[in-house]
Amino acid sequence: MNIYKFELRNLKKSIMIWGLAVPFALVGYMLFYPMMSGDTAAFETLMANFPEEFLAAFGMNPKLPIFSLFGYFSLTFGMIQIPIAIQASNYGFHILSVEERELTADFLLSKPISRRKIFISKIMAAVTSLTIVNILVWVSSIAVIMIVKGEEVVDLTNVNILLSTTALLQLTFFGIGMVISVSIKKVSSVLTFSMALGFGLYIVASLGSILSSGIFKIISPFSHFNPGFILINGKYEWSLAIVSVIAIVVTIPLSYFLYNKRNIASL
Amino acid sequence: MNVIEFNKLTKYYGDVKGCKDVDFNVKQGEIFGFIGPNGAGKSTTIRSMLSLIYPTSGSVTIFGKDAIEFGSEVRKEIGYLPSEVFYYDKMKVIDLLEYSASFYDRDCTDRIKELAEIMELNLNRRIQDLSYGNKKKVGIVQGLLHSPKLLVLDEPTSGLDPLMQQKFFKLIAEENKKGATVLFSSHILSEVQQLCDRVAIIKDGEIVSVEDVKALQHDNYKKFTVRGTGLNNGRFNIDGVTQLVERDDKVKFFYKGDINKIIEIVSKLVLTDLVVEEPTLEEIFMHYYE
Repeated sequence: MNIYKFELRNLKKSIMIWGLAVPFALVGYMLFYPMMSGDTAAFETLMANFPEEFLAAFGMNPKLPIFSLFGYFSLTFGMIQIPIAIQASNYGFHILSVEERELTADFLLSKPISRRKIFISKIMAAVTSLTIVNILVWVSSIAVIMIVKGEEVVDLTNVNILLSTTALLQLTFFGIGMVISVSIKKVSSVLTFSMALGFGLYIVASLGSILSSGIFKIISPFSHFNPGFILINGKYEWSLAIVSVIAIVVTIPLSYFLYNKRNIASL
Repeated sequence: MNVIEFNKLTKYYGDVKGCKDVDFNVKQGEIFGFIGPNGAGKSTTIRSMLSLIYPTSGSVTIFGKDAIEFGSEVRKEIGYLPSEVFYYDKMKVIDLLEYSASFYDRDCTDRIKELAEIMELNLNRRIQDLSYGNKKKVGIVQGLLHSPKLLVLDEPTSGLDPLMQQKFFKLIAEENKKGATVLFSSHILSEVQQLCDRVAIIKDGEIVSVEDVKALQHDNYKKFTVRGTGLNNGRFNIDGVTQLVERDDKVKFFYKGDINKIIEIVSKLVLTDLVVEEPTLEEIFMHYYE
């Protein structure tokens, strides 16, 4: 419990920054929606000029036009998934490697506590932090939709299904980051690693949409939780989402195994 | 009873040898020195005791239990001071020490204050503002605050000024008197000489000798310096003489054996000066490293 509290306290600032910035960006984007919906015709002509592949790259779908509320939200949420993923990878890369990077491993690991307990405490602290941000994103999404919908009658079921994917997206990136961090000798810069993983896989997902390529879609967790698909169909695209679930189920125990076996480097 | 037993402990980092067939015991209540130059394998040996690294082969037993299998249990009674001290920079000293104390079942508050006072450590400063020597003090308090039965000190005195070193030695001696066993690694022999009962010498990852410090110094070697004229004729080259340096006007050597044999040789000479000294450990052990 002491490690959990300690880790959580260390993450406090980070939780505050991500917990404010991500919902702020989401709400900010969504507040432009009323302006857009007011000028539907102009947008329709504008969009018609773009090739479908180009629109797909940005997560737009002809069935869910950008000037519809959900269309606009799917676009916004697709964008918001990037910082969510970066935060999760950030914690993944950071949480088990911080001691070795900052050379405090000899302090923590020489205490009468097993690596299993350290691992569990650290994971719990990171998951708690991610969940806080998840909840804030969820609440602000619903709130801002209610604000910008105006007279429109909306059914939030599909929105809630979409928002429920956040946890899986977070855990997938968290798990990938963690397993990489314990597989390599040293994570020199957590931010660089997590940005590379977040943006890299987003580009892979975009390529997957442009080329309609199965392999890219399988590789990138962003395609597993495509906002457009979920808002149209009201369900997960399980054939892809299952890949994320497998990734979580594999990476977290594997990280434990590798962390437990790891020789801790010293100066 | 042995507190620590190394059983052919071997650690390779890939192809690089950390230590090989380390095999010695540390008895209860002993202050045991662990001597070797930088990179000889002292930290590797010590860090395997704490399961920070896992041996390639062999094992370490502490308090009769395997140090890896029963790691967390064994570490309850170990106080460890790493050779390089690094702590969470943004924390205050007191917060770090309290965090450290939170891993042990007992209340350490009083002991923290007591130790900080002895080591003249300001508890309210941030770790990042501390000098290296002060960080070392944090390390010392952190290693002692739970009154462990076994102290593992990896080059504890680097960074401490001589005054602090003496205070620290006193502290270790007191802990030892209260029953703590101490494993003390160092590359400075004089400090080991001052404190330790026995010492293991490690070179290139292998133990070359385990010696009784006091016996070694008192019973064995004497350091002779003879001054005069016409000395340079090999007459001191007898059994028991080592590290013989002969010049016409000065002869230096170490001797282990019947002292009368040297007196006999010396009595036939016309000398200007004769000095017989206790050699320092440096001088005794130097030959291991040549």
